[in-house]
Amino acid sequence: MTDVTERVDRQAEPLPPDLGPVALARWAWRQLTSMRTALILLFLLALAAVPGSVVPQEGVDPQRVARWKTDHASLTPIYEKLGLFDVYASPWFAAIYVLLTISLVGCILPRTKVYWRAARAQPPSAPRRLERLPEHRVFEVPDDEGTFLERARRVVGKDFGYRVRGDDAAGVVSAERGYMREAGNLIFHLAILVVLVGFAWGALLGFKGGVIVVTGDGFSNSVSQYDDFDPGALFSAGSLKPFTVDVKKFDVRFITKGRGAGSAQKFVADLGVRSSPTAAETDTRIRVNKPLNVDGTKVFLIGHGYAPHITVRDGEGNVVTPKSTVFLPESADFRSFGVVKAADALPEQIGLEGEFYPTYAFTQATGPFSAYPDAKNPAISMLAYEGDLGLDSGDPQSVYSLDKKGLKPIRDADGKPLRIDLPMGATKQLPDGLGSVTFDGLSRFVRLQVSSTPGTGVALGGTILALIGLCGSLFIRPRRVWLRTRREGDRTIVTLAGLDRSSGGDLAGALDRLQRELDPAAATAGTSGEREEST
Amino acid sequence: MSHDQFEVLSNQAVAACAFVYFLVFLSHLAAWVTRPREVAAATPAAVSTGTAGGVAVADPPAQDTVGGGSDRADLWKRIAVSLTVVAAVIHLLALVTRGLAADPVRVPWSNMYEFTLTATWVVVALFLVTYKRFKLAWLAPVLSVFVLVVLMVDVLFLYEPVVPLRDALQSPWLVIHVLAAITATGAFTMGGICSALYLVKDRSQTKHGTARGWLASIPSLDALDRLAYRWHAFSFPVWTFAALIAGPIWAEYAWGRYWGWDPKEVWAFITWVVYAGYLHARATAGWKGRRAAIVALVGLATLWFNFVGINFFFGAGSQHSYAAELIVRSVGG
Ligand code: HEM
Repeated sequence: MTDVTERVDRQAEPLPPDLGPVALARWAWRQLTSMRTALILLFLLALAAVPGSVVPQEGVDPQRVARWKTDHASLTPIYEKLGLFDVYASPWFAAIYVLLTISLVGCILPRTKVYWRAARAQPPSAPRRLERLPEHRVFEVPDDEGTFLERARRVVGKDFGYRVRGDDAAGVVSAERGYMREAGNLIFHLAILVVLVGFAWGALLGFKGGVIVVTGDGFSNSVSQYDDFDPGALFSAGSLKPFTVDVKKFDVRFITKGRGAGSAQKFVADLGVRSSPTAAETDTRIRVNKPLNVDGTKVFLIGHGYAPHITVRDGEGNVVTPKSTVFLPESADFRSFGVVKAADALPEQIGLEGEFYPTYAFTQATGPFSAYPDAKNPAISMLAYEGDLGLDSGDPQSVYSLDKKGLKPIRDADGKPLRIDLPMGATKQLPDGLGSVTFDGLSRFVRLQVSSTPGTGVALGGTILALIGLCGSLFIRPRRVWLRTRREGDRTIVTLAGLDRSSGGDLAGALDRLQRELDPAAATAGTSGEREEST
Repeated sequence: MSHDQFEVLSNQAVAACAFVYFLVFLSHLAAWVTRPREVAAATPAAVSTGTAGGVAVADPPAQDTVGGGSDRADLWKRIAVSLTVVAAVIHLLALVTRGLAADPVRVPWSNMYEFTLTATWVVVALFLVTYKRFKLAWLAPVLSVFVLVVLMVDVLFLYEPVVPLRDALQSPWLVIHVLAAITATGAFTMGGICSALYLVKDRSQTKHGTARGWLASIPSLDALDRLAYRWHAFSFPVWTFAALIAGPIWAEYAWGRYWGWDPKEVWAFITWVVYAGYLHARATAGWKGRRAAIVALVGLATLWFNFVGINFFFGAGSQHSYAAELIVRSVGG
């Protein structure tokens, strides 16, 4: 884009022989801050970003990473060494952008210095022979030289916005415009640094947590309440805002007919929010794309599902389960998977594992399935176990899976594993006086994502600044024009010439427009393309 | 009209505009066949003088310079341009009816089929808008074939019936983000076509000394390079806005994080970096011309891969995947 340039576009140079350490350091610095190195680092950055889109990433989808690891046992240690499960936080990725940042700073600083001087300098004086420039015009004006030059200065300077040289020789006008181009370029590159700062700030000090809340329940913003919690490297738990959220109601509308039948729309959750445990509760609603903002921490509605009320009564008739159990959806029809752990059941602990179907349906070919995502005909189908749930071993256990080491299936009269198939409202007795299982009712749950990303405004401001700088850098065209007059008898002959310092500009058109202002003949002829190429 | 009827109308309009694009190509073919021979012979010289000075794009000489002997070719060219306008109007009709076919009515860009349909239209619209200013007559045959092929691929492989928009997609930022992305995609594609022609012509020139045949009738290498640059210089800020401003803002509202290194975001970033590389390459000695053109095509490849490939290969892995219901996935996964 720079055809004729005086910018400090440093080129990489070959290594000169026998250098002292200082000279070597200087050479290395020049290499690093050369345009060519920037180019290579940019390509490296693009290339290095690729694996992160192919290999599942911890920061994006931890479950997929876990699944991938079990599927590729032999590759996993190698990938882990290479940091391939967290590419964008890996040392080699960091190395590239740190080098690029250094290169960027090393590039901006000297250019800013040069620009500072250039921006206040006079436009350069006219070359000796303007006719030598590829783009020039020669025309005759009726005015005498003095009048014309005065007018020309005004037109070029005032009307066309050029900076006109103050100490031009007699019969000459030198002018330049487009100083903001380089400024735009510098702003753009500086703004990239601003974006990096904003991005790093959020990544280091922010957090992202996910929590599943059954309607009617609530949660408070502390680390222990989250199902998953992903803090930045410098995050401190003390910075969590002490708010609480109650999920009062959740509505979802399923499309019942037409093309989109079965897909959900209009998710709305009604919340009661306290900004601190002692503050008054305020009611708000959140929906997809409309998060709640509590003092800079945002609460997003990102998912939903069912929490059936499955009640286990033990052999002594005591209720030994919580009111509802969260089942995780497995497909778009909301067939959901979950487990019930009755740790207090006597004489034996009882575990249930199986599926929930919001609209239960059955065919011989498919077995049970959900025909529709809304709760039209809810039912559960689970297997029952007795024994030791393994909760006392001290190992952390997922609430969504059953540790079957100490468990054995409860069997029915035929000796087959007991399947508990219940429509809502029904009860099934367990054999051998173990108790009973009732499917009492149904709640929905919402999955909330809570996150705080400080520095977002800085990053956004940076990108907007970058965009503005970029447009300046790309669309402002630095241009120089010169005028020289000469007397031939009683005629005033003008030579007008220009030089673009960036490509892609319409220099010829600009000179035509200028000529039309200066040359009455050209103006009346009204021809823009008329150029006199010879004198 | 019912939503279903609008959908049928949209499909018919797609077929009709594809047919007219084919007629456009035939007209260009006719113009080429009936072109005056002596013009073809004179062309190389005319092209090389056209580059002197700061003229933006060298005039394709076959058009304005020799009007006299090329009446029939001229007529065919004019027919071709008129037909292109007709095709673009039908193409637009296909887009509008596609939006009307959804219930509730929406913007027609929620899956790959619709995105491609819109992006091709943007390419044609950009072509028509800049036709005079950049003197793009020479580009028309390439463009008509290109659009025709892409439309065919779109209908044969990417077609999906109309469905309503998911909640996460119902945001003004969708309109802004996707509109900018489609515009940038269209304009990058125009730039890519110019860069590709640069490489083809460059090869043919180094092989035979001068460009021959149809290649001789297109602008000089210098002019192609500059034209390609202009397209890229326009597209790059638009892409910056689409991918690095509007996209993150929308993601912040929809998913609670403005940048999450999701595959789609990764590839948008890669595209951006490669095109930044292109702009740098053109400013770096030794990279002008051929190498810059190659970088531009790499950029185009990453761009297209992002919007076709990602959905095919990483479907479930991307929150942006059009196919999977986001809200289910994020709960289940
Ligand atoms: C973070 C990485 C970088 C990105 C994304 C980036 C992006 C860009 C873009 C898009 C342009 C085009 C603007 C224009 O054409 O005027 C540009 C121009 C330029 N960049 Fe960078 N840049 C980066 C790093 C660097 C570095 C490290 C250097 C110095 C070695 C550098 C030096 C330049 C120069 C001198 C120009 C002006 C070229 C010209 O206008 O002729 N850039 N950069």
